[in-house]
Amino acid sequence: MKTILSAEKQTMRDGLSKTMLRLSQEDENVYVLDGDLGTSTKADVVADNNPEKFLQMGIAEQNMMSAAAGLATTGIQPWTFSFAAFLSKRSIDQIQVQIAQPKLNVKMIGGYSGLLTGLTGKTHQSLEDIAIFRTLANMVVLAPGDSKEVEKVMEFAHQYDGPVYIRVARDAYPILFDDDYTFELGKAVTLKEGTDATIISTGTQTSRSVEAAEKLEEEGISVEVLHMPSIKPLDTEAIVKAAEKTGAIVTAEEHSIIGGLGSAVAETLVEEKPVPVVRVGVKDRNSESGPNEAMLDKYEISPNHVADAVKQVLKKK
Amino acid sequence: MSTLLQEEQKDLLINKSKEARKQLIKAVNHAGAGHIGGPMSAMDLFINLYFNELNVSTEDPDNDNRDRFVLSKGHSAIGLYAALAVRGFFPIEELKTFDSLDSRLQAHPDMTILPGLDMSTGSLGQGISAAVGMALGAKLQNKEFRTYCIVGDGESQEGQVWEAADVASKYKLDNLVAILDNNKIQQFGWDAGNGKREIPAVNAHGRWEAFGWHVIDIDGHNHEEITNAFHEAKQVSGKPTIIIANTVKGKGVSFMEDTIKWHSRVPTDEELELGLKELEAGV
Repeated sequence: MKTILSAEKQTMRDGLSKTMLRLSQEDENVYVLDGDLGTSTKADVVADNNPEKFLQMGIAEQNMMSAAAGLATTGIQPWTFSFAAFLSKRSIDQIQVQIAQPKLNVKMIGGYSGLLTGLTGKTHQSLEDIAIFRTLANMVVLAPGDSKEVEKVMEFAHQYDGPVYIRVARDAYPILFDDDYTFELGKAVTLKEGTDATIISTGTQTSRSVEAAEKLEEEGISVEVLHMPSIKPLDTEAIVKAAEKTGAIVTAEEHSIIGGLGSAVAETLVEEKPVPVVRVGVKDRNSESGPNEAMLDKYEISPNHVADAVKQVLKKK
Repeated sequence: MSTLLQEEQKDLLINKSKEARKQLIKAVNHAGAGHIGGPMSAMDLFINLYFNELNVSTEDPDNDNRDRFVLSKGHSAIGLYAALAVRGFFPIEELKTFDSLDSRLQAHPDMTILPGLDMSTGSLGQGISAAVGMALGAKLQNKEFRTYCIVGDGESQEGQVWEAADVASKYKLDNLVAILDNNKIQQFGWDAGNGKREIPAVNAHGRWEAFGWHVIDIDGHNHEEITNAFHEAKQVSGKPTIIIANTVKGKGVSFMEDTIKWHSRVPTDEELELGLKELEAGV
């Protein structure tokens, strides 16, 4: 069977830095605010190539987010860059009170989400950001699956008037989307058809889910893969449709199984169309630093773990 | 010190401050909730800002070129509302809705529903950062408006205040004026050892100076000094200004002054009558 996953991998940061530079050049209102992680998030591309649109806000995330709110009231569209861990936990009060509730036009880029953060470990990984951000009223929460989709969601966020949180990752992933792809807010994307079960995945876990589904196909199990770049608003219609079609759901995310995509999907299904669900994610554990493959394996989110979850859910059908 | 304030304008400011203080204690009595001490200590600042200093218009409250004001100590909202109502941003009668369901006068300011509010605040430390963003926005877009922000002395225990102070200084925001409502009492505070509770003395002047700000110390109940300080701030180039306004918590009503229990106590009908009389007479 031919894989839909590209051999070539690209980092989300490539799509992100290229698009951020372009938006800062094309729109006089777009400014980049950095919490002194520009060389990690790659917001430094704007500092290097369009320096008058780059605002260093120092190692002070709370002030950065409140200041972004103030800037937004003057007509500027601030794009704030930090790690997902710091945005979601260190400055969430500022984001709720001054950005989300007043629905100000601030964009938030949470870099280094999930577990694979370049050997940085527990303080710099982020397993809670989806859960935290999706509880905020007015918040749009997006988790693109590859570098191209990062570009597309950024273009959407630029056009959208209101707060948007975009969860991105550090390392390189297979290319899932091409230039013709159109991101639609609140819409799921079917990456692979199937009839026995559906894997609903988001962010970096989507390419691992495709890998798992393709492996299962070779074993004679037909698995649909539904990618959810938009966690809030959520495509509840697509979730219900998948449940009706395959009758068995696996969710997959590089995030805690508490409060993230798996919870959001389960909430929908419990109310609309109860079917067996197995959630793949980090299971209420604290994490550590370690090489990527070992981390995926120890924290039970590798393609093999996704495939095993599909087998488990099929037994519950 | 010479004053820029004409006698007639000074009388107006004193009268408007008195009127707004009366409206404030009436509103808290009516709502059965709210803060008194902090709004009373900041009232002369509110009134001087809205009748003397800020370039704002009740007809066009969202004008792009208006001066901005952020109440970082958001729990003094009822004081700001009283000043805004007296200035004509909304009917004075509406003060009766303070704290009630569906009211535009929320316990803590909500910029999405009340004209004249430039930022939502209430969680301490955040307002001054938003003011930094506004002042920075003006600089980046070559806009002429100035940004003003009242910060509490209790609030200054929040680390975010100093994050904001640091960044404002780095961006040389000479279009930003912070005013410290230095009333020396917070909700519970520290045991002063004399039966009172207080905010132990901090070197506010030295702290702000160390962060690179221009510092002016004034009596925060003296309209001449407030006016002069705003004027002085306009002459400063290359750094933000902080006006340390030394104030009295509960200012204007003798039994409310300088007592911790009036941080957020609700006046009874008798206390209200007494307070209104004292304010009218001027203590």
